[in-house]
Amino acid sequence: MSARSTVIKVFVAGVFALASGAVAAQDIGQVKVAKGTVMVERAGTSQPVKVGMAIKTSDKITTGADGSAGITFTDNSLVSVGPNSVFSIEKYSFDSTTHAGEFEGSLKKGKLAAVSGKMVKQAPESMKIRTPSAVMGVRGTEFVVQVDEPKSN
Amino acid sequence: MKRFTGLGAAGVLLILAAACAAPKTGPVAPELFAVLPSKEGKVGSIVVNSAGSSRVIDTAYGAQLIQPSGEMVGGKLTEADVRASFGSTLQALPGRPASFILYFLEGKDELTVESKKELERVFIELARRPLPDIVVIGHTDTVGSGPFNDKLSLQRAERLREMMVFMGLAAERVQAAGRGERELLVPTEDNVSEPRNRRVEINVR
Repeated sequence: MSARSTVIKVFVAGVFALASGAVAAQDIGQVKVAKGTVMVERAGTSQPVKVGMAIKTSDKITTGADGSAGITFTDNSLVSVGPNSVFSIEKYSFDSTTHAGEFEGSLKKGKLAAVSGKMVKQAPESMKIRTPSAVMGVRGTEFVVQVDEPKSN
Repeated sequence: MKRFTGLGAAGVLLILAAACAAPKTGPVAPELFAVLPSKEGKVGSIVVNSAGSSRVIDTAYGAQLIQPSGEMVGGKLTEADVRASFGSTLQALPGRPASFILYFLEGKDELTVESKKELERVFIELARRPLPDIVVIGHTDTVGSGPFNDKLSLQRAERLREMMVFMGLAAERVQAAGRGERELLVPTEDNVSEPRNRRVEINVR
């Protein structure tokens, strides 16, 4: 094998690695609104959320007492998180050609408002919101969810 | 303490435990789910599954409350309740995706007189959004060859894109694409001059 073909093979392998990396960390939405303290936990690190930031699957968004954030997803779903909230995106996929997709979010505590997008229009309940004691399926359009902190004596 | 009334014959009061002073010792935190009417007044539905039971909410401001005991109670909120509890959350919802269609003169990348006026409305809508993402898709009618129309459709989209960048939108937030005569708004035979097919679609998110 010539040195040249090895170089090409290494280069090709590198391109594939980049391509698969890009797929794994695909942008699924974008932060359109961010007020007060809003943080995102991604791959073990925490950073402040800014308007224009890309959102990825497995992101966990946490807001402070003065915080709120709004995200537009690639299927046109809109989700906003209110103050003192913890919201994670557990699954997300969307095919812009067939409009098939899956959205699973989890509201651990706090408040959420949402408007469903193209995937729910295509297949009702393809969007789900989990809470500590329920699973909610979205059949269409606008809704709100609130999870209070457990009270202890 | 906040009370949500309107619970039918039993006259039960739905008490939102967030604002409730009495200590709760149940296994779960209270959870509230509600459907809101859209701006156009349409009402959708959601289904809440908890502890083996399943409840559908399909009325405006219809709600289900999961109590600390785990019991699900149906009820209805008022618009004022929703505003009081979810005001800042709803305020953070991004703008609804919107789409506009502008029409062109035959064989040109110049807008019709009416569409030039419509363009002002598009710019007003864009200005209302803090960080719009825009996709401009150009189309043609079936007059001319396929390759010519591919080029013309892209030219139309690019023309709009340039105008938007000139108006101050960040270049990297505006994408342009041409679809030639592949997506006719009004289906026609080949070589038919159809004003409604000579257009760009502007999708704003």
